[in-house]
Order: sequence, then C-alpha cells, then structure tokens
Amino acid sequence: MADRQLVADSAILLDIYRRAALLKANDERARKVILSGQIAMVYYSYRGQEIIPSVMGNILRDDDTLCTIYRGIHDMLAKGFPLRELWAELAGRTTGSCKGKGGPMHLTYPAKGIMVTTGIVGSSAPIANGLAWGAQLDKSNRVSICTFGDGASNIGAIHEAMNLASVWKLPTIFVCQNNLFAEHTTFEKMTGGQNIANRAEGYGMPGVRVDGNDAEAMYSAFAEAVARARAGEGPTLLECMTFRFYGHNFGDDDSYIPPAQKAAAIEADPVPRLRARLIADRIATEEELAAMEADIEAQIDDALEFALASPWPEPDSLRFDVFEKEMSA
Amino acid sequence: MTNVAQAEKPAKAPKPTVSILAAIAKAYHDAMADDPKVITLGEDLADPEGGGIAKITKGLSTAFGDDRVRSTPISEQAIMGAAIGASLAGYKPVAEIMLMNFTTVAMDMIVNHAAKLRFMSGGQTNVPIVIRTMTGLGFGSGGQHCDYLEAWFAHTAGIKVCAASTPEDAYGLLRSAIDDPDPVLFIENLPTYFMPMAMELPDSSHRVPLGKAAVQIEGSDLTIVTYARMAIEARQAAAKAAEQGISVEVVDLRTIAPWDRETVLASAAKTGRVLIVHEAVKEHGVGAEIAAVINEELFGQLKKPVKRLGGTFCPVPYSKPLESAFAPNAERILAAIVDLAS
Repeated sequence: MADRQLVADSAILLDIYRRAALLKANDERARKVILSGQIAMVYYSYRGQEIIPSVMGNILRDDDTLCTIYRGIHDMLAKGFPLRELWAELAGRTTGSCKGKGGPMHLTYPAKGIMVTTGIVGSSAPIANGLAWGAQLDKSNRVSICTFGDGASNIGAIHEAMNLASVWKLPTIFVCQNNLFAEHTTFEKMTGGQNIANRAEGYGMPGVRVDGNDAEAMYSAFAEAVARARAGEGPTLLECMTFRFYGHNFGDDDSYIPPAQKAAAIEADPVPRLRARLIADRIATEEELAAMEADIEAQIDDALEFALASPWPEPDSLRFDVFEKEMSA
Repeated sequence: MTNVAQAEKPAKAPKPTVSILAAIAKAYHDAMADDPKVITLGEDLADPEGGGIAKITKGLSTAFGDDRVRSTPISEQAIMGAAIGASLAGYKPVAEIMLMNFTTVAMDMIVNHAAKLRFMSGGQTNVPIVIRTMTGLGFGSGGQHCDYLEAWFAHTAGIKVCAASTPEDAYGLLRSAIDDPDPVLFIENLPTYFMPMAMELPDSSHRVPLGKAAVQIEGSDLTIVTYARMAIEARQAAAKAAEQGISVEVVDLRTIAPWDRETVLASAAKTGRVLIVHEAVKEHGVGAEIAAVINEELFGQLKKPVKRLGGTFCPVPYSKPLESAFAPNAERILAAIVDLAS
C-alpha cells in the first residue's frame, strides 16, 4: 500500500528516542524511589526493553487501544500515560489514574487507549480481541495491541486468542516482548521450538521475529503490522527480541541470569545506542539531547512531588467502583 | 420432571402457556432489536451452526447479521476476553458459555478481569457484559456438565448473579442484565427450559430489577428462600403443605448476588421459620450466607434454627437413582417443611 510508511526517518527516530529516554529515566527513578523508601511497591523493571514500546508509541494513535501486563509501564508511558497520574497511582493516592485502587499492576488510562493492565500472565490477549471486535463493529480502522512476554506465550489464553483473532480476521497485533526470561526461567529451557513467531503460521497469520532493540527494524515490522490491521487484513504476531537488565521483580535475586549474558546486554544498551546514532547521523546534537533529558527529569520530579503531596484514599472509598451503584455503608 | 411439570400446568388453563426458553429467546431478540450495541458470541450460536444447542439464539444471526452474532471456536477464555474487550469498546456483549462447568476454564477472565476492571481502574472502565450459561440435574450428564457453581461467583465482588424460575422473570431479568452497567452471570436451568407455565410472553418493556426477590407464594408459618429450579420445586411443595394446613411463603431470590436482604428478612421475621433450598452442594453454598445474615439480624425472633437443603457433598453422579438422590426435590422440601413447622 502506498501510504505505508515502513522506514523510520530522522524525525521518527528522534521521537522514538524521546520516548525511550522518558522510559529509561522513569525506570531509573522508580528503582531509586523504592530503594529510598519513598514509595513501597511491587515493581517489574522493564529496563532494556524501551525501544519496543517507543516505536509503538510513535506509530499508534490515541484511539488505538492497548492491553498490557504487569511489566508494562514502558508500554503505557510510550503511549502517552501522563506522569502525574502515573506516579500518584504508584504512590496509592486519590489523584492516581485509578484513585489508588489499581496500583502498578492495574494502571488504566482510557483517554490514551490504555484500557487494561493485567497482572495475570497472558490475559492481555483475549481482551485485546474484544477491543478489536469493537473496532470492526465501529467500522473504524483503529488497531488493538496486546503485549506479553515470552513466558506468556506458553499459556493457553494466548493460543485461544491468536486462533480467534485469525478466524475473525481481527485488527489485533500480538506483541511478544521476548526478554529471554519467564520469571526466573530461561526461554531456552521452557519454549519448545525456540521460536514464538513461527507459531503464527499455525494460526494462519504472519509472524515476524525482529530485533526489538533496533529502532529501525522494530519500526518497519510494527508499521507493517499496523498497516495490515488498519487495512482489514487481520492480525500479526511480532516476536520482539530484547533483554531485561534486572530480575523478574525489582529486588529479587537475579543470580539466575548468567552474569556474562547480563553484562553483554547492558553493554549493548539500546537506549544510549540510539542516542549515539542520533548524534553520529546529525539528527540531534549532544546539547539538544541533554536538554531533552533534563526536561524529562524535571517532568518526573514534578510528577513525583505531585504524587507524594496528594492525599491518601479514605477507607470509605472501598464501597465505590465495585459496581456502578456504591455498596451500602 | 414430569410431576413438576404437571404441578406447574394451569388447573383451568385460562392463559396460554409459555416456557422459560421462549422467554429467554424473546428477551434476546428484543434486546438486540432495541439496541444496536447489544452483540452476542458463543459456541454454535449463529444460524449456520444451528442457533445453539438449545436453539435459544436461533434466528439472531439471520436477523442481526454476522458481525453482531458470532459463533466462536471452543475457546472459553477467548470468548470471555472478546466479550470483556468489546464491552470496553462501548458494546453490550452477551456471551454464552454453553454449560456452567465450562465457566471454570474461563475463570481468570470472569473473576480477575470482568469482575474487577471497574474497581481496579478506579471507575474509569466498566464491563457491561452478560454471561449466559446453562446447567442443572436431570439429563444424566454426570460430574462435569450440570453443576450449580453460583456460590463461586457470588463470592466475587464485582459480578452479579441471577437465575429465574418463571418465563416472566427470565425475560425481565435477562433484559435488566443486558441493561446493567456491570457484569451479570445469568444462570439457566436446562432441564426446565421447556416446562410449560401459565403465563404470556412479556412485552419488550418488561423488566425485573436486579437485586429484588419475589414473594411467589405468600404464607405465614414458614419461609422458603430459594432460586432457579428449586423455586419450582418449592412452589410445588408449598402447595402440598397447604393441603396439610401449613402456610408456606416462597421467596425466589431471582438475583443471588447481590441478594435482597430486605425481602428475605421481612419474610423471616414474619414467619420465624426459614428453610433455604438450592440445587448446589449445601456445604459453603449460598444458603450458608443467607442463614448467617438471618442469624445476625433476627437472632431471638426465630422459632426454629434456619434449615438448609442443598446438593450432596459429592460430584454430580450419573446413575438415575444416584442423580435423584443427589439434590432436593419437592418431596424432600415438603418433608423439611413438615419437620420445621412442627
């Protein structure tokens, strides 16, 4: 199709970096905030996986929907989740997007299409199909994204969802972020066939394995999947290869990650790699990027300050939002 | 079954008879005709697949199109997920999970997602879906096709549960469930689908509010609190008890969760004797919650301890005498009435 922009130009790469820099800085801040005791929360660091959602955020519209998972703050921030509502929710305050009732594993922000965050492995996919069905019924060309990990690829919900998306030709894009670890267990040890993208053939949809840490490769693969979905050509499975730098949840004993593998991954950190590329290709100057990063830090400062100054929820709020009509006191 | 059907038949047949199945089918059709946002999905439910195993959805895909009425693969998680997602996109899906036991393979979608998204999102999203499902003893289906699992769902904050025992209530409850902004599990009793009852099919404005019980028979000596198939059995038992001079009030909860405490407590306070009956296994069942609340609220006003009848604590058996022995019926309810009224 003529209108398919499948190559990331300079402006696109710069936008991808802007998002990736935000994600990286926000993850670093989250870990710092936990270590300092400012906020106690269960946190699943996505550090190392920033490029995948940054590409998605560049391509997607606000009305395209996202169903993501507990390791999903990168997906949401890249799609426009506002920092104040994010941090206030992490802090459990009334000003959080979910009024403190959801927390880090259930962040929701419908205005940006962020419809569901699930703490259940694999459960993003069946729900994404329903949002895709809604797009079909609306005769809209919006697309429905679900993200999940390599571990989730082995749970039944993913299988059921991919088959249904195929037979209903839904505009669902299955984005597997293969970070090579399912909780503490290696991809190699627990995944038959050693390849998730290949499974797409069995469902009758395209499956693409792509280097998710390479902004240009990721851009082309994701843009193609979105173009297909918008054109009514059905779902795509993307297996985006990446690596997470920290344990399953922040603070766990990550000695199950071979030190050499981890060191090599950090050495190849995709965010500074893209940054260096922007400077080398004269897409941006060091000064411009430094100013961008300082602005990001200031935004996070503001959001954190806002969050910590916000009120805690009253116990009486437990009666509300169970059903539309509040429970009796 | 036969004796219940006879008991429910009108003595003089002044009205036409209709079935619960016909009422559900009409409610479904009327809801889809009234609101283009109502959509439906499930195994075999479109016309090319025969309109469902009980033919309840027959005609819907022809009338409303393949986009709104979709047969699915045998994939209960995918069915529930698609319903939840479509509801988040502004639609009002009615998802059929063919048999109640099959809800167990979709429990993550129902319990962790449908029931909780409103709360976990702080009210930003809601899941206005209806899950229709069939169950019930009587066809010799054994341990995995006829359980009543309503207590599992009633124990989950964020989902409503209802079941009807008359065609009018089936129509009105299903319409209210579809109208409702929250997820509703609508339980249908398969063996009594075709039982003729002396009623007319309601018109499309008929609604039964969720959370409101019905006093189906008024009485003064004893209250039966029940729902679904057991309400039919209880009405029959109450008629027999009347012949023995015992005046029984039959309260059909209609909505199991959230249940109508006001109506139940008023009746219990009036009669001072309460019998709770359900087809589900008695242990840890819905009856335990109702009995506990009656005890909390009316201790000292009761003439006898609250009594419960429910299924036996074993998987539903196959062989006819075992299946018959498993759950309460009109005869056993009558025996309990006599015992409690003495």
